[in-house]
Amino acid sequence: MSKINVRMTVNGTEVEKSAEPRTLLIHFLREELNLTGPHIGCDTSHCGACTVDLNGKSVKSCTIFVGQADGAEITTIEGISGADGTLHALQVAFKDNHALQCGFCTPGMITRGYRLLQENPNPTDDEIRHGISGNLCRCTGYQNIVKAIRIAAEQLNTAEEAAE
Amino acid sequence: MIPGSFDYHRPASLDAAISLLASLGEEARVVAGGHSLIPMMKLRMAVPEHLIDLQDIDDLKGIAINAGTITIGAMTTQAELIASAELESACPIIKETALLIADPQVRNVGTIGGNVANGDPGNDMPALMQALDAQYVLQGSGGSREVSARDFYEAAYFTAIEDGEILTAVRFATPAAGHGYAYFKQKRKIGDYATAAAAVILTIDGGTCSSASIALTNVGDTPLFAQAAGEALIGSSLDQGAVAAAVEAAKAITDPVADGRGPAGFRTHIAGVMVGRAIACAAERAN
Ligand SMILES: Cc1cc2nc3c(=O)[nH]c(=O)nc-3n(C[C@H](O)[C@H](O)[C@H](O)COP(=O)(O)OP(=O)(O)OC[C@H]3O[C@@H](n4cnc5c(N)ncnc54)[C@H](O)[C@@H]3O)c2cc1C
Ligand code: FES
Ligand code: FES
Repeated sequence: MSKINVRMTVNGTEVEKSAEPRTLLIHFLREELNLTGPHIGCDTSHCGACTVDLNGKSVKSCTIFVGQADGAEITTIEGISGADGTLHALQVAFKDNHALQCGFCTPGMITRGYRLLQENPNPTDDEIRHGISGNLCRCTGYQNIVKAIRIAAEQLNTAEEAAE
Repeated sequence: MIPGSFDYHRPASLDAAISLLASLGEEARVVAGGHSLIPMMKLRMAVPEHLIDLQDIDDLKGIAINAGTITIGAMTTQAELIASAELESACPIIKETALLIADPQVRNVGTIGGNVANGDPGNDMPALMQALDAQYVLQGSGGSREVSARDFYEAAYFTAIEDGEILTAVRFATPAAGHGYAYFKQKRKIGDYATAAAAVILTIDGGTCSSASIALTNVGDTPLFAQAAGEALIGSSLDQGAVAAAVEAAKAITDPVADGRGPAGFRTHIAGVMVGRAIACAAERAN
């Protein structure tokens, strides 16, 4: 079976590599690009630990072949903080509000939260819960994750108003 | 879990995809969102030698509502179905059903074409398409044909689609203005397939039910069009007796397997409960 050439923009950087078509996007990101932020939790499309942003949409990268992502723009958890390392409002809110314990689900949660707040900048708690319903956490019981996303939303909205 | 090896193709047009499918033969499979196929490939329950990715084919995308007909391109994602305000106003049961499928990430990728062509009795769109009396448009190298959703499903993963054919669109008459509708799905958690689910579409004229169609998800090895259940409602005032007759008629055609969702008898019972609740909700929404 022949390898294919894939090209994509990952966290703002263009990458081009050849890969076996059966390579899953999560393996490509972790093993070829050394982006080990997105995790493999279940490998069965359920847990959302592998969530990345693909062309402006949250997707589970364990269930996408690398060829399907050819030409795409991808953001992983590594691309969410500022270039100088400043944490994103979501990352600060997760840290301050005890929204993680073991931290395994956190990259997926934050990457999903990042897109959710662009789709819906003022979500209710119920909308946050439905918005992250594809992301499982075995530790926290979700309360503080929902709270952190709500607080990050408020902060982002205040920052935006201040900028106007 | 690593899938078997395959060659990857991404044709730019429907014609190119159909000729690839014809030349590569039965070892080739099309991939839409891949959210049913890739899990099967990881389990090596599917080991295609060629994957033909349909994502670049614009002819397979979009929702068209005109002259009393709704046509939805096969590659339209569940998220796009949910986001379409026109579709919501013409046929709101589609959004209601799509929102009960999986989670936001899966809905961003999973397509209506993949959902109905897959042939898994757990998929939610097939029963809805049967309730809407949809036609599936199938195109192969010999031309195009239409098959009714009510005739399409033969057994689990066996459908009327022939080797070499691609499902290009689903098409159905816009339901009458003021119709009542409901899709009720019992599931253990978000992201689970139905223990049982029911789609109900009906119209009420001066207090009398003038049309009704009912279909069931995941209580047999295919989706089930519950014809007798719908007929039990037509001509009635949707009184208790008529609803009870419809529920019994729907339960009578179920043949679920026992699985983690419960024993067969329980799933049949839940199918009846879903039908009863969906009728009540549809009746309330009709005007
Ligand atoms: C965690 C999880 C939970 C889920 N829960 C639900 C649920 O509750 N309800 C539900 O209905 N679904 C559920 N699904 C399945 C999901 O909706 C799939 O996306 C959908 O069933 C298939 O769509 P797809 O576009 O991903 O198709 P694919 O996986 O790409 O294809 C599925 C099959 O259809 C064939 N096919 C695809 N498109 C065409 C076409 N145009 N013409 C001919 N053949 C075609 C493929 O060859 C393949 O055999 C779930 C999936 C996951 C991962
Ligand atoms: S690893 Fe992808 S959903 Fe769990
Ligand atoms: S913090 Fe441990 S899984 Fe979420």
